[in-house]
Amino acid sequence: MNSIRRFVDKIKPNFEKGGKFPFLLSTFEAFETFLFVPNIVTKKGSHIRDAMDMKRTMIVVVIALVPALMFGMWNGGYQNSLALGIERTLLENFWFGFLRIFPILVVSYVVGLGTEFIFAQIRNHEVAEGYLVSGILIPMVLPIDTPLWMVAVATIFAVVIGKEVFGGVGMNILNPALTARAFLFFAYPTYMSGDFVWIKGLMKGEGIVDGFSGATALGQAAINEPLLNTSGNTMSGMDMFMGTIPGSIGETSTIAILIGAIFLIYTGVGSWKIIFSVFAGGAAMGLLLNLFGGNALMEIPFWQHLMLGGFAFGAVFMATDPVSASQTDRGKWIYGFLIGVLAIIIRVLNPAFPEGVMLAILLMNVFAPLIDHYVIEAHIKRRLKRAKVSTNANSI
Amino acid sequence: MRTNLAGFLKIPIFVKRNFLIKYYSMSKVIKIKKGLDIKLKGTAEKIISQAEPSSFYAVKPIDFPGITPKLAARADDKVKVGSVLFFDKLRPEIKFTSPVSGVVQAVNRGERRRILEVIVESDGKNESIDFKAGDPGAMSPQEVKQKILDAGLWPAIRQRPYNVIARPDSEPKAIFISGFDSAPLAPDMDFIVKGQNNSFQRGIDVLKKLTKGEVHLSLNSAYPPSDVFTGAKGVNIHYFNGPHPAGVPGIQIHHIDPINKGEVAWYINPQEVIMIGRLFETGKYNTTKIIALTGSEVKKPLYYKVTGGTSIEALIKDNLKGSNLRYISGNALTGSRINKIGFLGYYDSQLTVIPEGDHYEMFGWVLPGLKKFSLSHSYPTWLMPGKEYRIDTNLKGGVRPFVLTGDYEKVFPMDIYPMQLLKAIIVEDIEKMEALGIYEIGEDDFALCEFVCASKIEIQSIVRQGLDLMIKELE
Repeated sequence: MNSIRRFVDKIKPNFEKGGKFPFLLSTFEAFETFLFVPNIVTKKGSHIRDAMDMKRTMIVVVIALVPALMFGMWNGGYQNSLALGIERTLLENFWFGFLRIFPILVVSYVVGLGTEFIFAQIRNHEVAEGYLVSGILIPMVLPIDTPLWMVAVATIFAVVIGKEVFGGVGMNILNPALTARAFLFFAYPTYMSGDFVWIKGLMKGEGIVDGFSGATALGQAAINEPLLNTSGNTMSGMDMFMGTIPGSIGETSTIAILIGAIFLIYTGVGSWKIIFSVFAGGAAMGLLLNLFGGNALMEIPFWQHLMLGGFAFGAVFMATDPVSASQTDRGKWIYGFLIGVLAIIIRVLNPAFPEGVMLAILLMNVFAPLIDHYVIEAHIKRRLKRAKVSTNANSI
Repeated sequence: MRTNLAGFLKIPIFVKRNFLIKYYSMSKVIKIKKGLDIKLKGTAEKIISQAEPSSFYAVKPIDFPGITPKLAARADDKVKVGSVLFFDKLRPEIKFTSPVSGVVQAVNRGERRRILEVIVESDGKNESIDFKAGDPGAMSPQEVKQKILDAGLWPAIRQRPYNVIARPDSEPKAIFISGFDSAPLAPDMDFIVKGQNNSFQRGIDVLKKLTKGEVHLSLNSAYPPSDVFTGAKGVNIHYFNGPHPAGVPGIQIHHIDPINKGEVAWYINPQEVIMIGRLFETGKYNTTKIIALTGSEVKKPLYYKVTGGTSIEALIKDNLKGSNLRYISGNALTGSRINKIGFLGYYDSQLTVIPEGDHYEMFGWVLPGLKKFSLSHSYPTWLMPGKEYRIDTNLKGGVRPFVLTGDYEKVFPMDIYPMQLLKAIIVEDIEKMEALGIYEIGEDDFALCEFVCASKIEIQSIVRQGLDLMIKELE
C-alpha cells in the first residue's frame, strides 16, 4: 500500500500545473481518489464527518445490482438454449450470457467514463462518481442483442444530453440511464422491441425450435395472445418471479431485483418510500383494470403486472435515483405512486408502448420538481397558519 | 380454573397500572425522534481536577457572530477583572470585559486586520471592578439590564432569530435554558452545576426581570436531573427525550414555543445563568466555570475548574496521546478550532481533542470499514450500537453538489425542510428563506446535517451566511 502511495505521489507533479500533462489532472485525480480516500481534513463547521460519501453510496447501488446482473447473464444463456434447442449446464448458460453481456458493460463504462473525464477536464472539476451506477444500469435495461455501437451511442447521449448539459451530477432532470434507453427505443425501435431482440441469436435468424416464441409477456399480451413462456407453455407466476422469461438483461428476475431492493433499503441508500409506493401505485391501477377486463393486457392479474417487463427494476433502481426523483418525503410518496399508476396505464392502454415503466419514470422525473413545489407550498402555508395562531393567542 | 382465571386477569391489570403511571408522569416529555448520538471515545470522568492556573486569557470576537469589535484597551494597558477590552461598534452598550486582572499582552489580528483575539496576561491577583451586588427583585428591568451589560455578561444571552448576541432593546417572548447537552462527549450539566443552587436561582430571578414571558428550562427525562434544576423556582420545566440534537436550544425552542416572524426568543447556558447570579450576589464578574476535557486523544479525560477564556496549554500538558491533533473549543460538531496554546471560547464548557485526518486511506470507500461510523447502514458497525469511535478530522470523501435526499431529514427534528431552506440561502432568496423558517434556525441546529452529508457540503457556514444576509437586509 505504501509503495503504491509513493508511486502516486511521485507521478502526481506531472499532472499538476506546470507538469507534463496538466490536461489529464482530473483524470489523474479520478484514479487517485479511486485508490485512496484523499487526505483532506475538515476546515469549517463540524470537525468530524460521517464515513459515507458519494463513492460509497454508488458502490452500494452497484452491489445491489449484482444479483440481477448475474441472473441476467445466466438467463441470456438459458433463453438462447431454449430457443435453439441446445442442452447446457447452468455454468455453460452463465458463460454464454457473460460472453455477450460483458462486452456491453465494457463499452458502457469505457465510453461513459471517457465522456465524463472529458467534461470534467473541460469544466475543471473532479470526475463525479455517478457514472459508476449509470454504467451498469444502461446495459441492464437493454435487450441482449443490442449492437455494441448502439450501446456506445446511447451512452454518449445519456451522459451529454441526460446529464452534462444540465451542469453535471446533481443537476440533471432526467434519469441518465433511462434517457439512454428512451433514446434507443425511439431511434432504433426494431432493435428495442419485437419478438427477436430479447434472445441472443434470433436477430441473425438462427434456427429455432418448433413452438418457440421469443416475445416478452407484454409483447404477447399486446397482440391479445395468451402468455406463453419460451418453451411454449403457459407462463406461470413463478416464471415471472424467478425471471426465466425473455426481457432486457437485468429486468426479468423479480427475486434478484428484490434482493437488491432489500440491500438498498437496509443500507439506507435507496428510498423505501419510493419503492413501496411505485409497487402500490402499480397494484392499485392493475386491480382497477382487472375489474374492467376486456383484453389480454387488462386481464393480466395485477400482481403479475408488478413482475412483468421492467416494472420491478424501474421501481427499485430507476425511480429511486435521488437527483431526478422528488426530494421531499411527502413528494416521494406521490411521485412513486404516480409512476406505478402511469406505468400500468401506458402499458395496458397503449399497446404500442408495452414498456410503460420507462416512459412513466421519465414523465414523473419531469414532474418531480412540480410535486415538490406543491409540497413545499403546503408546508409554507401551514407555517404561516401557525404564525397567525400564535399572534392571535398573544393578542388575547 | 378459577385461580387460573384470576391469575390471568391480574397480569393485564398490573401491566395496565404500570403503563398509566408511566403515561401520566411522562406526559410532559417531548420526544425527539430524529437525530443521532455520535459515540466518541474519551468521555470525561466525573472528577473535578484543578489544573495549574494559566497566565494567559483571551476574549475572542470571532466567538460572537454579527458584531463589529472596536477596541477599548490597547496592548500594555493595565486591566482589572471586568475592565472593557472591546465593544460592539453598532451597539456600544454591549461590552466584552477581561476575565482576569493584569496587562493586555497582545491583540492578534487576521486577514484584513480583523481582530481575532485580545490576550490578557494575568497578574494572579484577580483585582475586580465592583459592579455592586443587588437584589434583582428590587431593581427595575432597565437597571438589571445595565448591570449585566456593564459587567460584560450580556454576550452570554443570545437570541433567535439570527443566532447572535441578544439585542438589549428587543422584547423577548420567552427565555430558554437548556439544562443538558446532548452533543458528542458533552459535559454532564447536572455534574457541572452541582451545589450552585443559590447562584442559579439568583440568575433565574434576574432573567425573569428581562422578559414578560416565561423562563423555560429544558431537562433530559432519561435520568433524574440535579436539584439545582428541579428545585429552581419561577421556571417552566420541560422534559426532553431522544438523541442529539435534543439538547440544542434551537430545537427546544422549536418544540416549546416556536419563533414566528417578528418574534424574538433569548437563550442562555446554565453556567452563564450562574455567572449572572454571582454578579448580583457579589457584584463581581466571575467567570469561573467547570469544563470537560474530552476526546480520544486525551490520556485522562476529566473535568476542570477554570476561568473563562483560559489558555488550554496547562490543561493538556502531558495529558495527550500522539502529536498530530485537532484541538477544539466546544464539541466536535460545532466547536471552534484552536491551536495547542489556544483559548477556551466564551460559550464553551468543553474541550475536545481528536486526531487529525490528513492521511490517505487505500480503497477506504469500498472496504467494509469495521472502525467507521455512519448514519447509513453501509458500514457494518451499525450492528454494534454500544461501540465508541475514534473519529479523525478527515473529510472522508470529495465535495459534491446536493445529490442524496432524505438524509438531513433523519437528523433534523424541526418542522422545516432543511435542504430546501439551504438552497434558498444559497440563491439568496430572502422571501423563500423567511417562508421556510430562517428565523428559527442557528448553525448548531444544522450540525448533524453537516455531519451526515455525503456530499461533504459546509452546511453550518451556509446557515451563517443566510443569517448574516437576513441581518444585512432587514436591520
